[in-house]
Amino acid sequence: MTGKPRLGVFKFASCDGCQLSLLAAEDQLLAVAGAVEIAYFREATSRIQPGPYDIALVEGSITTPHDAQRIQQIRRESRFLITIGACATAGGIQALRNWADCDEFVRSVYASPDYISTLKTSTAISDHIAVDFELRGCPINQSQLIEVLRSLLAGRRPRTPVHSVCLDCKRRGTVCVTVAQGIPCLGPVTQSGCEAICPSYNRGCYGCYGPSAQPNLVSLTNQFVKEGAPADQIVRSLRSFNGYSPEFRVEGDRLAAKSEAET
Amino acid sequence: MTERTIKVRAMTRVEGEGGLYVKLNRDVVEDVRLEIYEPPRLFEALLRGRMLEDVPDITARICGICPVAYQMSSVHALEAALGVTTSPEIRRLRRLLYCGEWIESHALHIYLLNAPDFVGFDSGLDMASRFPAEVNRGLRMKKYGNRLLEILGGRAIHPVNVAVGGFYRAPRREALQQLIPDFEWGLQAAIETTRWVAGFAFPNFACDTQLVSLSHPDEYPMNEGHIATTAGESIPVGSYQYEFEERHVPHSTALHSVRRQTGDSYLVGPLARVSLNLDRLSPTARQTAGEVGITWPCFNPFQSIVARGLELIHAFEEGLDILRTYDPPRQPRIEYTYKAASGCAATEAPRGTIYQHYTIDEEGKVVQAVIIPPTSQNQAQIEIDLRAWVPRVIHETEAVLSRQCENLVRCYDPCISCSTHFLKLRIERT
Repeated sequence: MTGKPRLGVFKFASCDGCQLSLLAAEDQLLAVAGAVEIAYFREATSRIQPGPYDIALVEGSITTPHDAQRIQQIRRESRFLITIGACATAGGIQALRNWADCDEFVRSVYASPDYISTLKTSTAISDHIAVDFELRGCPINQSQLIEVLRSLLAGRRPRTPVHSVCLDCKRRGTVCVTVAQGIPCLGPVTQSGCEAICPSYNRGCYGCYGPSAQPNLVSLTNQFVKEGAPADQIVRSLRSFNGYSPEFRVEGDRLAAKSEAET
Repeated sequence: MTERTIKVRAMTRVEGEGGLYVKLNRDVVEDVRLEIYEPPRLFEALLRGRMLEDVPDITARICGICPVAYQMSSVHALEAALGVTTSPEIRRLRRLLYCGEWIESHALHIYLLNAPDFVGFDSGLDMASRFPAEVNRGLRMKKYGNRLLEILGGRAIHPVNVAVGGFYRAPRREALQQLIPDFEWGLQAAIETTRWVAGFAFPNFACDTQLVSLSHPDEYPMNEGHIATTAGESIPVGSYQYEFEERHVPHSTALHSVRRQTGDSYLVGPLARVSLNLDRLSPTARQTAGEVGITWPCFNPFQSIVARGLELIHAFEEGLDILRTYDPPRQPRIEYTYKAASGCAATEAPRGTIYQHYTIDEEGKVVQAVIIPPTSQNQAQIEIDLRAWVPRVIHETEAVLSRQCENLVRCYDPCISCSTHFLKLRIERT
């Protein structure tokens, strides 16, 4: 035994991008790998060790009956469990099935739907187990991930900012794409973490990091309506990578119901 | 005991979740299956009704390792539907973006996923204990690929700058040109990488198959071209669905891509690309290809790692050329008007050809989407090659045999996360 904290990296329905952020931390990778014992990280190593794990990183959403059970097992074996990325924290883009007829979705993609074992919903990990910390983003920010791991290794509770992307644009000195060009932007209601890249690339924020703390969604969508955006377009913009997070879901559903009642 | 079954419940150092099932009766291989239990995410269904501008952002999420490949195939297919022609400047920037992805993906696969098999380690991190200079070289190349993606795409994983019609914003000249010294280093590092991996001990093994890749008369294939095969065919991308199809195979529940007329499997990826486009590699890559002791076309899947090395050289060299001569396009994004139409495109992801087809309506919404990733095209071939490979290692202990099978599967760089077209396989227990 090395006495180092044991790290497990677990995957559910996802694109692998968030756990890849760990491998993509080129400069810090070997240092982090030296500070922990990588006990379970299938994408990186063939050496698989059983639990318990001191730190568990969980990527992906729950979409199959088997996965709904597997996450319980991982929780039992893990001391501090962190969900990483929009799939794990909000159900991911695959949660669009939650508003659709999932059987029809499966039929339209697979020739033999009988072989497909899937739940009708894609849900966040925290809908199934207690989660100790959530790291947002689609994908997560690599520096935030390293910072969270460093905090834990130092015995501190990790902390990430919960203010909106809007504030980051001001800090970066990015001219507001909504004010200057009338481009719809979710920056005022989306949590910081991406470094406000989209507006700096001349496009509106599309909400990869999910709702910020106390987002005023109604006020923002009213503004979109006033500027002439069709209701179904506003609903679609809320229903994307973090569409099933509670705040985006409630506002998207409210607008969808309202627009249905009007037609 | 005459019957043996080998099960690798969870393959490692592949992207996504998959297992392997091999059934042996004495020395006869009765069954081989790649078991894919990556949960289906139903991308083709969830794209319906979305605005076409959302498509590259959504398809990127199919794969965290090759998001650019999905974005590129999407925007080209949608532009084909809309009748948009982009400018030569946009075209070059797209090639540059693809160079960045090939670099980060190939460096990751060579150093962290595949090379450890050849030198006897469980992971790239463990390999660093004996090969620190090599692993650091790999990580540094990967970093420069990512750095390019960050400057041009906004971020390395799920770039935000790719738009239907071009880019949301053209990068400033100085921003890109600061990468030139890094890419000069990268070119040398890629040459050293290729020489290093070419020196590995490769089993004498060849798969009996057809190699398939895009091919372009003037350049190494990335974003466009016709589909070339080692049977000497030249197939327009628009005929893809007439020439290739996904089929149910007897005794298996997997959808396998095969040639429609013959039912034969085929292989896509770096080995196919290099074999079919040798004379369009960049000068240094072409020269190195002649020095690595491989006769092209090469049908030995274990040597894919060398082809990946050659493509690293190519990507750094072509990337350098574009960086040195870059002038921001005056119009980074070509405008278009919505119309009801269909269009398709194929591009070369790091691990092989991706085909996408879209039908859109007059409001710019997606009516139908078809996405065929490289790994589902290779799946039938991987199983056939395993059948041929297992008898060669059948005398080994269970642990060695399963490890040997896993090593072969890793050579194809399977990306199981790209699971738009995978079926869950059932394990037959005996």
